[in-house]
Amino acid sequence: MKRAFVAAAVVAGVGAGLVRRLRSRAASRQDDLSRWLVVTVNVPPERFGETPEPLARLKDHIEIRTAPAPGGKGTELAARLCGNGRTGGTGPIARLSGNDPRQPVREALREAKSLIETGEIMKPDAPPTTRSTPGGKLVGLVTRRASGEGRL
Amino acid sequence: MKALCWEGVNELSVEDVPDPELRNDQDVIVKVSAGTTCGSDLHLIGGYIPAMRAGDVIGHEFLGEIVEVGPGVRRHKVGDRVVVCSFVGCGRCWYCANDLWSLCDNSNTNPGITQAMWGYEPGAVFGYSHAMGGLRGSHAEYVRVPFADYGAFPVPDEVDDVSALFASDSAPTGWMGADLGGVRPGDVVAVWGCGAVGQMAARAAMLLGAERVVCIDRFPERLAMTRQHIGAETIDYTETDVGAELRELTGGRGPDVCIEAVGMEAHGTGPDYAYDQAKQQLRLHTDRPTAVREAIYSCRKGGSVFVLGVFGGAVDKFPLGALMNKGLTLRGAQMHGQRYIPMLLDRIAKGELSTRHLATHEMSLDEAPTAYDMFKHKKDGCVRAVIRPGGAAA
Ligand SMILES: NC(=O)c1ccc[n+]([C@@H]2O[C@H](COP(=O)([O-])OP(=O)(O)OC[C@H]3O[C@@H](n4cnc5c(N)ncnc54)[C@H](O)[C@@H]3O)[C@@H](O)[C@H]2O)c1
Ligand SMILES: [Zn+2]
Ligand SMILES: [Zn+2]
Repeated sequence: MKRAFVAAAVVAGVGAGLVRRLRSRAASRQDDLSRWLVVTVNVPPERFGETPEPLARLKDHIEIRTAPAPGGKGTELAARLCGNGRTGGTGPIARLSGNDPRQPVREALREAKSLIETGEIMKPDAPPTTRSTPGGKLVGLVTRRASGEGRL
Repeated sequence: MKALCWEGVNELSVEDVPDPELRNDQDVIVKVSAGTTCGSDLHLIGGYIPAMRAGDVIGHEFLGEIVEVGPGVRRHKVGDRVVVCSFVGCGRCWYCANDLWSLCDNSNTNPGITQAMWGYEPGAVFGYSHAMGGLRGSHAEYVRVPFADYGAFPVPDEVDDVSALFASDSAPTGWMGADLGGVRPGDVVAVWGCGAVGQMAARAAMLLGAERVVCIDRFPERLAMTRQHIGAETIDYTETDVGAELRELTGGRGPDVCIEAVGMEAHGTGPDYAYDQAKQQLRLHTDRPTAVREAIYSCRKGGSVFVLGVFGGAVDKFPLGALMNKGLTLRGAQMHGQRYIPMLLDRIAKGELSTRHLATHEMSLDEAPTAYDMFKHKKDGCVRAVIRPGGAAA
């Protein structure tokens, strides 16, 4: 009984946190699609080559720019949606269902950074788990979105 | 293969799970010869770390033999005996390049979760929830080790498995607390918690030149072990007033450096403990910062407090006024193990750092749920249970 309560509370806690996060963004949603999403790559600008593949794939929907990072921190690599790339939902439902157009941009930026820095994109272990439970499914949904979510 | 799985809050069981595979060129597969229970696992088991799924393999402090090597691995070969850092670092992002390995930008494949919780994501750690990367843990026959050139370290021949095992997580964690806490020759250092992490922090403080090290806990066997094997003085916080004791020991000044090695499930004696516990049970706050509060309160003016204990979210009644008005430096971190592991193995080999005594129990993988039960409830004097997936050593 107690255990079930604690488990439910944990799941509810994660869920509530997520909803709060998603909602708190709602107010500033308006300009979100035009905002630059940025990662800093630990490579000096002079050694920064072609636009790496994960971003090149999105080239019809995004613009890209680079700038030297201050303090020798490498190169700032930025991308933002442009033209018809800027359509689509950005609310909690779009984000949870993987239809927010910023998600592939974030993911591509992260992948590009990792490829340039390390030569690979680290993959999670597979399969993620061997058991299916309601709490686990919620975590699974969140992790499926996690590489395209968060703050860039 | 067999592995120890988290099945729900306070539920562990040994299950059959698929063998790990090389997923990236820079991976190796390690056949685990020994792993150990860590205080961090207790927070997972207790349900205080979000984003666990039933069936997740736990364990992150381990040593073993490399049995498979990806084509991108340069520094290791099949057959090497290695100790593996609990945190995974790519070695080439700005954080890894600056020796802040647990902050690696490229190892956490689920960055969105902890970015939402904390603003930015830490790197991945083995067997420690999908928020912390979702990697399978090491209480298993085999484990995949990504970025192995940076996270796996050869063990000197003269160091036995159990001694080397603690160079994976607890020893570098303790060392980091003393090092980044800024311990200097002549300092008086206080350490909260006499688990493996606290003991290692105390020993590190001594090796960095501290003149006096005082460790605080309530379990007599842990206090005795800390006196005997680490050589620190001890205080039983259930027997005395810790603050008054520390003032008496430090000429009224208070310790120069305070290291907290207790974490979010701290135990306490006063009414604030009952309050914290009630709020945590109701999930009104996630962590019990009893020892952090005491460390901040006891620390000398202008001193430094390092939080090694794991915390997950927000805490209540945090003494911000004491921190600000006393001019303290507060710092914390998940362990930057890669920075210290070779040096620690070297010190273990030279006999400067003793770790073997931490292994109070050795058990097989089948007995792992019992091992965790003993460790959680500190039964039979358990400080660390060593789990041997290949069966207990001869
Ligand atoms: N920062 C890191 O990278 C890192 C790495 C490993 C472990 N940890 C954390 O370090 C902490 C300790 O780990 P461990 O393996 O030594 O755990 P442990 O459970 O063996 O030891 C914790 C000790 O703290 C004592 N304690 C509880 N409340 C106390 C209080 N109010 N004052 C003084 N002592 C108190 C307990 O009696 C126990 O002996 C955990 O929170 C763990 O998650 C952090
Ligand atoms: Zn640990
Ligand atoms: Zn890195």
